[in-house]
Amino acid sequence: MSEAVLRTQALRKNFGSLEVARDISLALPRGCRHALIGPNGAGKTTLINLITGQIKPDAGTITLEGEDITAAPAAARVRKGLTRTFQINTLFPDLTPLEAVTLAICERERVAAQFWRGLASQGAIVDESIAILERLGLGNAATRATRTLPYGQQRLLEIALALATRPKVLLLDEPAAGVPKDESAMLFDVIASLPDDISVLFIEHDMDIVFRFATQIIVMVSGGVLLEADPQTVRDDPRVREVYLGSSGHG
Amino acid sequence: MTSLDSANQKPHAWLARQSRWSPLEIAFWLATLLPFYFFPTYLTLASQIAITALFAISVDLILGYAGIVTLGHAMFFGLGAYAAGLLSVYGWGEPISGLLFAAAIAGLAGWLASFVIVRVQHLALIMITLGLGFLTYELANAMTWLTGGTDGLRGIRTWPIFNYFRFDLWGYTAYSYSLAALFLGFLLSRRIVNSSFGLALRGVRENVRRMPAIGSDYRRHLQKIYVISAAIAGTAGGLLAQTTNVVALDALGFQRSADVVVMLILGGTGRLYGAIVGAVIFLVARDQLAGINPQYWYFWIGLLLMFVVLVMPKGILGGLASLAARWRGRG
Repeated sequence: MSEAVLRTQALRKNFGSLEVARDISLALPRGCRHALIGPNGAGKTTLINLITGQIKPDAGTITLEGEDITAAPAAARVRKGLTRTFQINTLFPDLTPLEAVTLAICERERVAAQFWRGLASQGAIVDESIAILERLGLGNAATRATRTLPYGQQRLLEIALALATRPKVLLLDEPAAGVPKDESAMLFDVIASLPDDISVLFIEHDMDIVFRFATQIIVMVSGGVLLEADPQTVRDDPRVREVYLGSSGHG
Repeated sequence: MTSLDSANQKPHAWLARQSRWSPLEIAFWLATLLPFYFFPTYLTLASQIAITALFAISVDLILGYAGIVTLGHAMFFGLGAYAAGLLSVYGWGEPISGLLFAAAIAGLAGWLASFVIVRVQHLALIMITLGLGFLTYELANAMTWLTGGTDGLRGIRTWPIFNYFRFDLWGYTAYSYSLAALFLGFLLSRRIVNSSFGLALRGVRENVRRMPAIGSDYRRHLQKIYVISAAIAGTAGGLLAQTTNVVALDALGFQRSADVVVMLILGGTGRLYGAIVGAVIFLVARDQLAGINPQYWYFWIGLLLMFVVLVMPKGILGGLASLAARWRGRG
């Protein structure tokens, strides 16, 4: 097992009396392709919110490459290489994909506050922005307003924005939510072809996709980790069949 | 390979096009010289319009680009006016350094206020800006020994510009001076909105939730633009003090804060020229309507405002732009 890039230690969060995260300890190795599954309300998105700093844990620690980031603001975590995407499109409707991705790169390169330099003169940044958009098949949509793009392309732009931050760890919250099945396979081909040094954790409900793309599966139930194992073990686990796949087990 | 290169050039060209000067813009700025030849009796009004347009641009930078709604920006306009006026009253009437002083004072106040401003949103934000505006107004009202209170600040004497151009009765110098300041303020603002910083501001306006997720310390962006905007508003106030040689309390008043937002809505937010067009329409309408009936002219402004908001939700310039786009699409 290679070393863990991201590690959570006994992460805990309560909303009132509801336990949304129960002592969650995870370790994501470099270059992993882990899936996070579980029934609705299991706390999958909450876990991503905890790890990326949208909400603060009641207890526990988060470390990125050995550095404790439990108290770091969300933006600082992104700059350290911990990036997420959103289940519900969280884009810039009136910006073009070119502008949005360029903005993300400018923030990464710490030049976003330069008000005296024309955007068009940031040649290298714009080149990189174009390269990211091309890689996700958004080259032809680069200069159209985001709100006019088809839904599937907006899902790809979610990922493009995350890639522009040059992540070490990428947390994808249902990247294919709402996308038709044939298109979602294409979307996961893109995710599978991400560079090997990026660690990916993705939430996904489609079991075919999970078993196809994940090398390791984390099963969550009511705020806690039920099981973390390879796909075959998860598939055969009777508890998983019971709580998640249902007793009929159509996996 | 060549085809790939040319495909890559397209987005570059598109970006460059966003900030290129159009012939229409050049024509617009040439047209600002027309009053010298065709309306020499209206130069004082033209000067007021240029000053108000600069003020409106300062508000567009925060409201139209960064999405900070404000109903208290006259606070910075008034601070600039009093700063430039007091500097002159206490013996230094050199206009350009006076404007820089006005900008610095207003910018400093903007910097202090920005710590509160970036922490609130929506209705709370509007109320905070409104509250700050009221505070400043009543402070100036109470400090009669400094500001002259309701009598206004008198005794301002502005020296000739570059020790050569005297401020004349007809307003030739005043309009030239105000127009030059407007143009410089516009150039600075244009640079800002076409920079990576301007893009970041639009990012905040479009989706503030996404900004931290792309690693942005967006509150620092907001603070920065708020200070710049306050300094430009202060410059506009300083211009008013220097060209009219008096500062009244209404320079700080709520009416001015509200009027400038109305101008932006009329002209169209987030496009700089909307601020200028809005100021022209508002002040020319006031001048003409007040000539007909000095008491009820806001009636017509109200009517115009409702018409524009209902028919052209992106303002007059926004409406014209979408008309032009439709026409081009058909042609």
